[in-house]
Amino acid sequence: MNASITALNPAHAPYVLRIADGSLILAQRLSECCGHGPALEPDIALTNVALDLLGQARLLLSHAGALEGAGRDEDALAYWRDASQFRNPTLCELPNGDFAQTCLRTFFYVAWQAQLWTALSASKDAALAAIAEKSSKETRYHCEHLAGWVVRLGDGTANSTERLQRALNYLLPYTNELFVDDDTDLAAAAAGIGPLPSSLNDAWTAQVQAVLAEATLKLPATTPFRSSGRRGQHSEAMDYVLAEMQSVARAHPGAQW
Amino acid sequence: MTLALDTVWQVLAGVPDPELPGISITELAIVRDVQLNDDIVRVTVTPTYGGCPATDVIREDIHAALIAAGAREVEISITLTPAWSTDWLSDDTKAKLKRQGIAPPGTLAPGVKPITFRPRIRCPRCDSTRTEEISAFGATACKALHRCLACLEPFEYFKPI
Repeated sequence: MNASITALNPAHAPYVLRIADGSLILAQRLSECCGHGPALEPDIALTNVALDLLGQARLLLSHAGALEGAGRDEDALAYWRDASQFRNPTLCELPNGDFAQTCLRTFFYVAWQAQLWTALSASKDAALAAIAEKSSKETRYHCEHLAGWVVRLGDGTANSTERLQRALNYLLPYTNELFVDDDTDLAAAAAGIGPLPSSLNDAWTAQVQAVLAEATLKLPATTPFRSSGRRGQHSEAMDYVLAEMQSVARAHPGAQW
Repeated sequence: MTLALDTVWQVLAGVPDPELPGISITELAIVRDVQLNDDIVRVTVTPTYGGCPATDVIREDIHAALIAAGAREVEISITLTPAWSTDWLSDDTKAKLKRQGIAPPGTLAPGVKPITFRPRIRCPRCDSTRTEEISAFGATACKALHRCLACLEPFEYFKPI
């Protein structure tokens, strides 16, 4: 890759790592669905989305490791950090729940990614812009697919509507975190590395609300709740995700596939 | 033995894509650059999808084919820019996909559409447009599953990207 591997400032590597961790942890969660989808086709679709997210995670983790300059590659970052060192938003680590919750959580995150990739294509970090451009083509299909399921379930039977409404009430507060700026974001934005999370809010909300309206769902009241995964303070679900994801690598350090 | 650049491209044109065995990696337009210097070959490849598991196999296949053709050393690098697009497939390649029962990609619809309206894809076997999507994601990252309601055959659709 024609990456410039010099960090533009100390926030550069942590900023990229957060984006990488979001893709990685959601990929891991969606991988759990492999063989458990409600039917063959949605099962294949969710695992395809997982594969694309994993591809993003690999590129982003490698890039974050190069920017960090401490000799950590994608595997070191994925398998040898503990929960408090991961920087994914809490939304990505929550349990899949039922199919309604799985679809809605994934839709919320890929819709956020769609906005992020667009903004990142103007990054002063050429390698990051290239990953964003590549990923945005994949994310487009993820958004369409998941939005389709949200509408189908939300505007479906009494049972599917109720399940999706329950998922919405549970998940929506966790999306607040996606739009909170902190010092890392401010420093990264000031250096032209990437957008402030808050700047993605309006476009995301418009996209998501259009789909939720089509799905005949009722928006729950807003809440001041802010989850804190992007700061390394995770829910209890995180350790379970990592235990499964990391156990083989940690049982056989340095093993080659 | 001295390799010619034309020979290198010919060798690469004989390397099949592992997930689309009837299509070569040059027809798939993932070979972006070839440099030849004193039998040392540098090949630049771009992945179709970032997580495409075939990438490692493709690297090995390129390496093996060029060494067999007389290259002294083969270096393969991956580039992400410009991002691969199905727009790079030639009309010949699209016709070849169709002959193999895979509906070739159409043109990319502009923008992200949240709601699932999709144009009907023409059946590669009977050319009917009375088809439906079974799944937006198929056996590989680059394809979707469709079904023809006229000839009743299922078929794969190479997704525009």
